[in-house]
Amino acid sequence: MEEGYLYYPGCTLKTKASDYEESAMAVMEALGKPLVEMDDWYCCGAVQSLTEDDIMHQIAPIRTMCCAQEQGEKEVVTLCDMCYNVLKQANERMKEKPDDLETMNEFLTEDPDYLGEVDVHHIFEILRDMKDEIKKKVKKPITDLKIAPYYGCMLLRPDHVAIDDTEDPHIMEGLLEAIGAEVIHNPKRTECCGSYHTVNRSDIVEKRVEDIVSRAVKDGADAIALSCPLCQFNLDFHQRNTEYDIPVFYLTELIALAMGIEVGMEKHKIDPKSLLKDKKILE
Amino acid sequence: MKVDRSKKAMDFLDKVEELSGESVNACIRCGTCSAGCPFVEDMDVLPERIFKRIVLGDKEGILEKNTMWICAACFTCSVRCPRDIDIAKIMEAVRQIVLRHNIDMVDVDDVENMKELPQLAVVGCFRKETG
Ligand code: SF4
Ligand code: SF4
Repeated sequence: MEEGYLYYPGCTLKTKASDYEESAMAVMEALGKPLVEMDDWYCCGAVQSLTEDDIMHQIAPIRTMCCAQEQGEKEVVTLCDMCYNVLKQANERMKEKPDDLETMNEFLTEDPDYLGEVDVHHIFEILRDMKDEIKKKVKKPITDLKIAPYYGCMLLRPDHVAIDDTEDPHIMEGLLEAIGAEVIHNPKRTECCGSYHTVNRSDIVEKRVEDIVSRAVKDGADAIALSCPLCQFNLDFHQRNTEYDIPVFYLTELIALAMGIEVGMEKHKIDPKSLLKDKKILE
Repeated sequence: MKVDRSKKAMDFLDKVEELSGESVNACIRCGTCSAGCPFVEDMDVLPERIFKRIVLGDKEGILEKNTMWICAACFTCSVRCPRDIDIAKIMEAVRQIVLRHNIDMVDVDDVENMKELPQLAVVGCFRKETG
């Protein structure tokens, strides 16, 4: 898409993670490459089905690939890390296993067949490649903010879908430096936040969150930056039973702030606005 | 730990390998998977011990443990295994063997903080823990 990128929202970006969608859309608009929502799409299923015989749970992601193909596009961009991971893994499976693609096409009512020519990208890959443009658009560098990037799992693992080094990623560090933030290195930044256990095993998630946040705070972080709506929820909501209360930003919110774009940040549990006011980033 | 070489026990090993597409026997018990797993303190037995039990045919012994349910498919072990075994897929295979017998591990009544939860958490959890 010459004028921007075809955007797959998934189930959470319109609701609980609307702060993320709003800020990412605004940033991409300002960079002259707007995110254009797909005409049609299906829920990805949130987690990848890992058994060899399970084609059924690959159907929804591949239907979404068909929607992109139908629109004449070769690239789909996601904001959510889980959508990225599921769409990418399902799509790669179809590309690597022609038999699975054939079975899929026999089942799908979509016409024409899915050709396996669409690529899935995460917004961080796009932003990484536009770092120089981002730098040029920075109006208010967020120089006083000490930010610990948090990657979690789904952008880095399994390694065949990783957008960066699985053990030592740097995409977020580079983008944070571009907007003037001080980067706090957190060795826990690639460890799982507890994921979907937040539904029925909160105690486990609380332990993970305490471990990750305590290390960031110990190393001097004012806040955490990330991109996954599930990680954001876990790290934000589950600090309530810990001694910590540092804001958990979507990286795109920070980029928007540095570009002088107003963002709502309405859905955060730990209010980020007082920190931003203290640091004179917000009035 | 029960050692069982009966056909039924070996069928379990075969089923795990068929569903996961991974070779359980390739494991050299180096413990790298367990060392890097962020959830081991909540697991009844370590991920690497599950391998040993699968090879020994201890199906019942595995299914009564919580290890595969505590595994959140974070793939940390999978990217670190020196034998290139995708351990997350083995955990999924063991989960599926249970779930395909129409046994659900989560119920709507178990959901904590329903109003707050993002949709993808609920979708993800029910996908991993119901058949
Ligand atoms: S890391 Fe791989 S080889 Fe080592 S114990 Fe785990 S599964 Fe076996
Ligand atoms: S995939 Fe499962 S067993 Fe492996 S490190 Fe992650 S939680 Fe532990």
